[in-house]
Amino acid sequence: MKKINYFLAALLGLSFSFASAQTPKGSVLIKNATVLTVTKGTLQNTDVLVQDGIIKKVGSNLSAPSGVQTIDATGKYLMPGIIDAHSHVGLDVVNEATSPITAEVQMKDVVNPTEIGIYRALAGGVTISHAMHGSANVIGGQNATLKHRWGTKNPDDIIMADAPRTIKFALGENPTRVHGRGNGIQPRSRMGVEAVIRNGFNEAIQYKKAWADYNAAASQKGSTATAPEYDERLQTLVDILDGKIIIHCHSYRADEIYMLINVARDFNISKLVFQHTNEGFKVAPEIAQYTMGASVFADWWAYKFEVYYSTAFNAAILNANGAITSINSDSAELIRHLYHEAAKTQRYGGMTDDEALAMITINPARQLGISDKVGSIEEGKQGDLVIFDSHPLSTYTVPQMTFVDGVKYFDIKEDKNDQRLAVSPTEMVEDVYLRIETERCMQDTEHLFEMTSTLFNQN
Amino acid sequence: MKRLTKSFFAFLIAMLPMVAMAQIDGEFIKPRSGKFLLKNATVVTITKGILNNTSVLVENGKIQEIGTSIAGNGAEEIDCTGLFIYPGMIDSGTKLGLAEVSSVPETVDFSEVGNFTPNMQALTAVNPNSEAIPVTRVSGVTTVLTVPSGGLFPGTAALINLNGYTPDQMYAGFKAVVMNFPSSGRRGRFDRRSDDDIKKANEKALKEANEIWENAKSYLKLKNEGASLEYYPEMDQLAKVIAGELPLLVQVDAASDIQNALKWLEGKDVKVILSGVSEGWRVADEIAKSGYPVITGPVQDLPTRESDRYDTPYANAGKMAKAGVKVAIRTDEIENVRNLPFHAAFAASYGMGKEEAWKAVTINAAEIFGIADQYGSVEQGKVANLIVATGDPFETQSQIMHVFIDGYRIPLSNRHIRLYQEFLERSPGLKSK
Repeated sequence: MKKINYFLAALLGLSFSFASAQTPKGSVLIKNATVLTVTKGTLQNTDVLVQDGIIKKVGSNLSAPSGVQTIDATGKYLMPGIIDAHSHVGLDVVNEATSPITAEVQMKDVVNPTEIGIYRALAGGVTISHAMHGSANVIGGQNATLKHRWGTKNPDDIIMADAPRTIKFALGENPTRVHGRGNGIQPRSRMGVEAVIRNGFNEAIQYKKAWADYNAAASQKGSTATAPEYDERLQTLVDILDGKIIIHCHSYRADEIYMLINVARDFNISKLVFQHTNEGFKVAPEIAQYTMGASVFADWWAYKFEVYYSTAFNAAILNANGAITSINSDSAELIRHLYHEAAKTQRYGGMTDDEALAMITINPARQLGISDKVGSIEEGKQGDLVIFDSHPLSTYTVPQMTFVDGVKYFDIKEDKNDQRLAVSPTEMVEDVYLRIETERCMQDTEHLFEMTSTLFNQN
Repeated sequence: MKRLTKSFFAFLIAMLPMVAMAQIDGEFIKPRSGKFLLKNATVVTITKGILNNTSVLVENGKIQEIGTSIAGNGAEEIDCTGLFIYPGMIDSGTKLGLAEVSSVPETVDFSEVGNFTPNMQALTAVNPNSEAIPVTRVSGVTTVLTVPSGGLFPGTAALINLNGYTPDQMYAGFKAVVMNFPSSGRRGRFDRRSDDDIKKANEKALKEANEIWENAKSYLKLKNEGASLEYYPEMDQLAKVIAGELPLLVQVDAASDIQNALKWLEGKDVKVILSGVSEGWRVADEIAKSGYPVITGPVQDLPTRESDRYDTPYANAGKMAKAGVKVAIRTDEIENVRNLPFHAAFAASYGMGKEEAWKAVTINAAEIFGIADQYGSVEQGKVANLIVATGDPFETQSQIMHVFIDGYRIPLSNRHIRLYQEFLERSPGLKSK
């Protein structure tokens, strides 16, 4: 039987109110933890009180208001919920690979709150993920920022309603493969990628002007002006130009990163974050000066040509140059241990604990435009918290409990064998998924694999 | 945590001689052999406990002496006060050296055409100058099994040290014929075959395996009887397994497939190593009963079933070890074999324990490969595959300060580090030109 976790949580004595919003809000007092606030240093033997989903008090000798459960975290570490700025967990579909620009597409339409990957991410302390469109198109769909409120079957419940809009862009090998080489249309090269973006924005400017002209004319008495045809795709590009949407751009090579910085500057766009950014270290000063930074892998490289000239010191170089730097997963596996991925910046570049932790908390929060709400342990912020048995940057650490809005969604002591929320009624025998081990296994299905892997290529 | 930063600075200082010498255009720091005295370290031998204030003398590629008062006698002395010496780590399953850029087929050499190609030698295709090799060895991984993939019998795996200019210089004395035991699982989310199709393909593959095996037996029998045989290098290679000259590395993952493999191997009287074994925890007792050693990993991997506990891949190695299986750990990686210590650390904290996890990347691997007299621990007379670290190499905060492979002192440099040195403070910076 699949129980809904927040009912479980309620049985355990956490109280929440449904008054302020539809999503559950919990209250809990976590006592005597080593609190890694990220923005305000490390506090020893400190209590954190969450009430109705909000961090009310950080201090010592706090007592629990009546009905609020107390958790003794003596000897344990408390950090803000981990934020993954690049994920595809909880999405049924990733790419709308039908045009080099598909800005009208919305990932919130394909959110699957029952995907087991969400629970697994919670088990790794991840409370928020940026569920992104894929990288098939130069200008892809609009992403969804998810809060991992596991247990619901309503997609709206896990969408972070107070997060700003973001959109996926993609440069380099993926869009040129899908459209240029795949469909024989622009872009086939990094020159074409730039042209697609500039043409798109210029068309959007004309579209915006057409509407402005119409609105001006329509306000005149006796106007017979006809409205231009509404175009969701162009309107979305207008919204980008108007600063209403943050661009998150899949990119690898320094030249293409530099290109988009120049394009953004030409169109007065400052809300720009680079994703993957393997060669970001080569243009770190430019990224730092003109953008909202880069969200990178800790150590992935060489899986394709455009990441061959990478370095695991990328995050350290970007950080040292003053770029906002986050570490992301882009993987249902990596998302389970982002704390460890962040810790790799200590091996590769000697990041301090606070610098490393910032890369999976406050920095991704800034890049997603939600740093006023989450990303650190501060009074007034949302109660997204994780308890670890030892320092979260130790390779030996094990996450113990994960809270979103003060509601506990993961507890290692209550972890069951089967945590699925939904099981396909047509499933006779559960599938066993093994790693793709051999080329030969693909025999007779190459066309299918080839195509799906192209469409689904997320890196 | 200032200590961490300090250990990274120590690492930077360790790189300094290389930086200084590389100031001369065209100068390149090579691995070099010699007589080295690593002085006053804490030596984690793996097999003989932890030795404090101990020195290790490296000469002629071997660990010549371990003791508290070794005379240098002209050896290059390296002060290791406050540092830790460990044996080089062994990754028991990789494709390192066989592929350079995975998505560029021209650079991928681990897979051949055909279902029955056991004579394909991984060692032949190892590129000693792969960029991934220096990237890997500075993490403390000094030796890897590099494994071909493909059909039912895709080729012969080889153990290599991560130093040398030819595959033969790298070869570390172990080969095994690989068998991909017919699988009943799905290869991934995009494998959309029906359950029935999967079952049929599985049955067909098992039938083929049986036919091939019987043929190899006949081939060996005829060969031993002195019959004149047609040139058949595939059969000749598999016959070596049946003759006991080469072990069989059986790659198998799903629980039912493991059981089928154990049944299939019964009475075959060959040296068997199981590899992969991602659902080994479900049938750990049966594996233990078989007595076969297991190479498992990656540890940082997704559960095979949606209903599985999230930590099953982390806990798998430990559960098998607890059941009495001899376990070694692999990454199954190419360019990120460097993460082996972190895979081992995850296994350690999810049930295996640190000591057993260390064995799984050192002595257990050496024992499984039959080379424990040469590798897998810090002991006198063994090959000098050593790492010197500021702390526990499983921790990301620790820095690897020195690496020795085959007695060669390995430069702590690679493309990743060189790019760091060049771009940390780029010049010119932001201003143009």
